[in-house]
Amino acid sequence: MYKTIAVSTLALCIAACGGKPDDGGGKSAPLVKEAPGADTADRAVSGRVTLNASGSTFQKPYQEVSIEDFTKANPAVKINYGGGGSGKGRQDLADQVVDFAGADSPYKDADLAKNKGGEVLYFPVLLGAITLSYNLDGVARLQLSPETIAKIFQRDVKQWNDPAIAADNPGVTLPDTDIIVAHRSDGSGTTDNFTRYLDKTAGTTWKLKTGSTVEWPADTQAGNGNPGVAQIVKSTRGAIGYVDLSDAKASQLAFAQVKNQAGKYVAPSSASASAAGDGIEVKANLLFSALDPKGDAAYPITYQSWVIVYAKQPDHAKGTALKAYLKYLVTDGQAQLASLDFAALPRGLADQAVAQLDKLVVP
Amino acid sequence: MQLSDLRGHKHYSDRAFTGLALAAAGLVVLILGMIAVTMTRRAWPAFGVTFFSSTRWSAADELYGALPFIWGTLYTSAIAIAIAVPVSLGVALFITQVAPPWLKRPMVSLIDLLAVVPSVVFGLWGVLVLSQHFGLGRSFLTAGIILGVMIIPIITSLAREVIETTPASDKEAALALGATRWEMIRASVLPHSKGGLVGAVMLGLGRAMGETIAAALVIGSAIGQITVNPLAPGNSMPAVIANEWGEADGPHKAALIALAVALFVITIAVNLIATSIVQRSMKRSRGA
Repeated sequence: MYKTIAVSTLALCIAACGGKPDDGGGKSAPLVKEAPGADTADRAVSGRVTLNASGSTFQKPYQEVSIEDFTKANPAVKINYGGGGSGKGRQDLADQVVDFAGADSPYKDADLAKNKGGEVLYFPVLLGAITLSYNLDGVARLQLSPETIAKIFQRDVKQWNDPAIAADNPGVTLPDTDIIVAHRSDGSGTTDNFTRYLDKTAGTTWKLKTGSTVEWPADTQAGNGNPGVAQIVKSTRGAIGYVDLSDAKASQLAFAQVKNQAGKYVAPSSASASAAGDGIEVKANLLFSALDPKGDAAYPITYQSWVIVYAKQPDHAKGTALKAYLKYLVTDGQAQLASLDFAALPRGLADQAVAQLDKLVVP
Repeated sequence: MQLSDLRGHKHYSDRAFTGLALAAAGLVVLILGMIAVTMTRRAWPAFGVTFFSSTRWSAADELYGALPFIWGTLYTSAIAIAIAVPVSLGVALFITQVAPPWLKRPMVSLIDLLAVVPSVVFGLWGVLVLSQHFGLGRSFLTAGIILGVMIIPIITSLAREVIETTPASDKEAALALGATRWEMIRASVLPHSKGGLVGAVMLGLGRAMGETIAAALVIGSAIGQITVNPLAPGNSMPAVIANEWGEADGPHKAALIALAVALFVITIAVNLIATSIVQRSMKRSRGA
C-alpha cells in the first residue's frame, strides 16, 4: 500500500513538475516567441511551467495580486513567490534555487561574482512610502523634520512637548507624554531604507548608522514585521514607529507629515510616493534610490523594490514565461499598485524597464 | 526440516535488522557530525576574541559580540527553570503519591497535552496575555515565564516516571515507621529518584535554551542588553538567528551561524550532562 502511494506521488510529480515541456527541448532557433500550440494564439506562454521566487516581503502583496491576475490569463504558468526577505531572495537567486528574486536593495558589488548564473538584470516594480505612525491623543496633525525624527529614534528627545518637535509644529499644543519608540525586531529592508534616509538627510545628528538591523537604544520596543510595529503603535500611548503605508492604513494609524528636500511637509500616500518617483536619478542598469527625492509634492521616505533575474535564462519555457510575467509587472500590473497603497513607477522608468526586457536572453 | 527453514529465515532477517539498526544509528552520528563541520566552517570568519567578549552587535561596523545573547539565553533559561521545577515536581508528586486513581489518568493526559501545544501558540499567548494584559512588556521575565510553562510537561512526565520507580517496599517501610506522607516522600521517594529528577530538569533546560519562536516573540529583541533587570527587553541566541537571518549577508550571516554553533555546543553539553546523570541514577536504583 505504501509502495502504491509512493509510486503514484512520483508519477504525479513527473507529470506536474517536469521542467521541460515537449516544445522546449529540441529547438535551437533563437527568439522563438510563440511556441507551437493549438489554442494559445493570444497567450504569451504555452506548456506547463512553474516559476519559483523568494525575497522582499515589501513587494509581496503586489506579487500576490499579480500572480493571480497573470496566471488567470496564462493558466499553464504557475508562480510561487515565497517571501522571506530581500537577503534570502538575493541568496536564493545567487544559488540558483529560484527563477527570480524580489529585493529592496541590489547585490553588493563584492557578492555579484558569487552569482552562479552570471550577469543579473534589475527590474524596478514599485515604489512605496514608509510612514512615521504615532499614537498621541489630541494631535491630529503632526509635522516632523528629518533631524527631529533622528533625535526621536536615537532617544535624544524623550517627550512629545520637546522644543525640537514643537519647532516643527508651530501653533500645535503637544502633551508632555513620554515617547515610546517602536522598531523592527527582525532584519528588514524597511529598517535599511529608513536608516539610510536618516543617514542621508540628518547625517550630522544620526548616530545609529544604516542596515537591516541597527543598534537601537535598549529603552525602545521591537515588533516583528510591519504589522508587529503597527500593533505596538496602536496599543501604546505616546508611541511612534516606522511602518509601511499599507500596514499603517490597515491598522488605521495616524501618521506624520515629513519635511522633504524642498522644505515642504508632505503626508505619505500613493500619490506623494509617485511624485517622489519623478524626482529621482536612475542609472543605466535601472538602479536608483527613491529616498529624499526632489519635488514639492514628493514624500521623502519613499523606497523601491526590484525583481532580479539572470540575464541569460537557461531554460526556454521558463525564460519565456518569466519574460511575459516581468512585462506584466512593469506594464499592466502597475494599475493595481495604488489600491494596495503602493505607488506605480513613473512613466519614463516603466518604459526603461520594458526596454530592458530585450536584454533578457531566452534560449 | 521445517525448523531449520525457520532458523535460516530468521538468520537472514536478523542480519537485515542488525544492518538497518546500525545504518540508522550511523546516520544520526553522520548527520550530527556534518552539522558540526559545515556550520563551524561557515561560521569560522566570525569566531574570534570579540565574538565572546564584545557586547556590541553591529552589522554596520561588522562587529559581532555574542555575549548579550548568551546572557539572554542563560538568564531566561534560569527563570524558566526556577518556575518550572517546583511546579513540575509538585505535579509529578501529586500524580504519583497523592491523587486518587480516577484522577491520575486525566491528569497525565492533560500534562501530555500541554507538551504538544506548538511553541508559536505559547509565544502568541505570551504577547497577548503576559506582555499586554498583565503589562510585563516584552522582556526577559516574559520570555522566562513562557519557556517555563513550555518545559513543565517535559519535566513533569520524566519526573513522574522516575518517581514511580521507587520500590513500594521503601515507601511502605517509611510509612510503617510512622512517617507522614510528606516524611515518606522526603525519606524514600526523593533520595531514590534524585539522579533521575536532575536529569529531567537538565532536559527541560536544554529545551528552554533552544526554544526559538516563542522566545523571539516575547523577549523584546533589544540589541546588546546585559542586565539583571527582569523587566528589561533582551535577546537570546536562537531569537537573534530567527529574526536576522532573512536579511543577513556576508559576515553578518557568518556571525549568525557562529551563534548557532555556540548554541549547539551549549545544548549538547547540557544534554550530555543530563544523560550521564540519568544513567548513573539508573545504575544506582537497579542496584538498590
